[in-house]
Amino acid sequence: MKIKQLSLFLENKPGALSAPMRVLAAEGLNITTLSIADTQNFGILRLILRDWERARELLEKNGFVVKVTDVVAIEVPDKPGGLAEVLGVLEGTGINVEYMYAFTLKKEDKGVLVFRFDDPDRAVTTLQQHRINVVDQIEIFRRANGQA
Amino acid sequence: MSKSDNHPPFHPVSAPDFLPPAQLRALQWQRLQAIVHRAYERQPLFRQRMDERGLKPADLRSLEDIRKLPFMVKTDLRDTYPFGLFASPMSEIVRLHASSGTTGKPIVVAYNAADIEVWTNAMVRSFAACGVHEGDIIQNAYGYGLFTGGLGAHYGAERLGATVIPISGGNTQRQLMVMKDFGVTVICCTPSYFLHILDQAAEMGIDLRELPLRAGIFGAEPWTENMRQRIQQESGIKAYDIYGLSEIVGPGVAMECQCQCGPHIFEDYFYPEIIDPQTGEVLGDEQEGELVLTTLAKQAMPMIRYRTRDITALTSEPCACGRTLRRIKRISRRSDDMFIIRGVNVYPSQIEAALLSVEGTLPHYQIILTREKGLDEMEVQVEVTAEVFSDTIGALENLQERLAHAIESTVGLRARVRLVTPRTLQRSEGKAKRVIDQRKM
Repeated sequence: MKIKQLSLFLENKPGALSAPMRVLAAEGLNITTLSIADTQNFGILRLILRDWERARELLEKNGFVVKVTDVVAIEVPDKPGGLAEVLGVLEGTGINVEYMYAFTLKKEDKGVLVFRFDDPDRAVTTLQQHRINVVDQIEIFRRANGQA
Repeated sequence: MSKSDNHPPFHPVSAPDFLPPAQLRALQWQRLQAIVHRAYERQPLFRQRMDERGLKPADLRSLEDIRKLPFMVKTDLRDTYPFGLFASPMSEIVRLHASSGTTGKPIVVAYNAADIEVWTNAMVRSFAACGVHEGDIIQNAYGYGLFTGGLGAHYGAERLGATVIPISGGNTQRQLMVMKDFGVTVICCTPSYFLHILDQAAEMGIDLRELPLRAGIFGAEPWTENMRQRIQQESGIKAYDIYGLSEIVGPGVAMECQCQCGPHIFEDYFYPEIIDPQTGEVLGDEQEGELVLTTLAKQAMPMIRYRTRDITALTSEPCACGRTLRRIKRISRRSDDMFIIRGVNVYPSQIEAALLSVEGTLPHYQIILTREKGLDEMEVQVEVTAEVFSDTIGALENLQERLAHAIESTVGLRARVRLVTPRTLQRSEGKAKRVIDQRKM
């Protein structure tokens, strides 16, 4: 149920983001979603895309430092308290959220949130026990292509 | 293919490496007298300095008396540019080189046929000491031309009976192709260029451990023990330190043997002293100070008591290889890349050691010095490697902090550490440019 995410090191300077984008564009690789975390000096670009293995290979060949991380995509009701409910389930389990970001992949009235947990496997089990929908790799790209 | 080899680490011309100390001193004394006479007769600057002190060559009574003689320094070469220190007529000079120094005018050095012979023998003895022999295939990636490295290694390698590939520096992909296709067993280059070759090999999917390459002869810039460990681990070769400088002869003034415990000085050719750099007083073995060298066998341009600016110590501890030649400790500091920041003397090698002490190996770095509102600032840029990259901000900030802390505890100054993208820092194909000083003095 985990999803592969690519993380890239970027310097915080003009043009830093466009360089990897051009590498992916040149090979026709489409990004499903992305997020950037930044500090004064550097940033981390996080990418989810179907062809992550190919993307990784291309980016590394072009000199980027790439790390593959397991993240968990969770379907959350698009209504007040939706996220609170998910977090509530994890409370008291000791599972830590390293970071998260949302992307608008709407099916009916649900959004998708991407979580990086310190213990993704246990997080998935806990969430499923509480009937919270964890979206898998196949499903997420199917939906991204509007095949809902 | 096995990288071990059992060839004896000497050559017929290595005999002086094993002279009993008393005989070595006698030989040095004999040669010193000849060279001092020659310099006094033919080098006006040397004669003038001797006369100022009321000294004549005949006033030397023993080898110990060398300390009465005046020093020579780098500016003497600049001031007499180009030919002012030559002690042979141009008709006898068969080769000119110039130092790789980047500041101001170059330093011109001259060799007559006998000097080339001395230098070639010193290089043969250097190669032999680390087990390089006839039949080896030597990729010579030192620069050919005015720089002494390329031709110095070249002539030595040929005399040794090895096969020389005079590839010079640069074009790293081609270097790797040649290394692989020609079955190269030994490489000569600067240690930082070899690190660059390692990076390129990884990119091209070449594992040097699977090639016949077994030894690297690295010199022309200071490097650290940590760098040696890293090179040896990643390439499966033995990394040897060679020492030399254009003013004296070029590479081959001193060379490590297979014991890898510091370069042996070829003392029958180059007489070493260690002095206190402030007072000029001669220090004993094991005491750290500035290395001073006298060329005992060079005719076209004798250098008497030349101050190298290299900080090291001599050791006469016996070496397992049996050579009686004293060794110099790894050149820890070099005054020409030393910089002063907020009154503190800092050597790039200290920064390097600090970076390497932190988890993960971070070989590529650059030091940027700036002055902001009258205060000097030091920024250390470090390339992020796959091993240390984490996808959380916290972990990277923690890495930055640990690097800054290691630098602070080594040099006593707070540096800004900036992580940068791999392969973005300048790579030189010769000496690595570690310090960029943007301060307006």
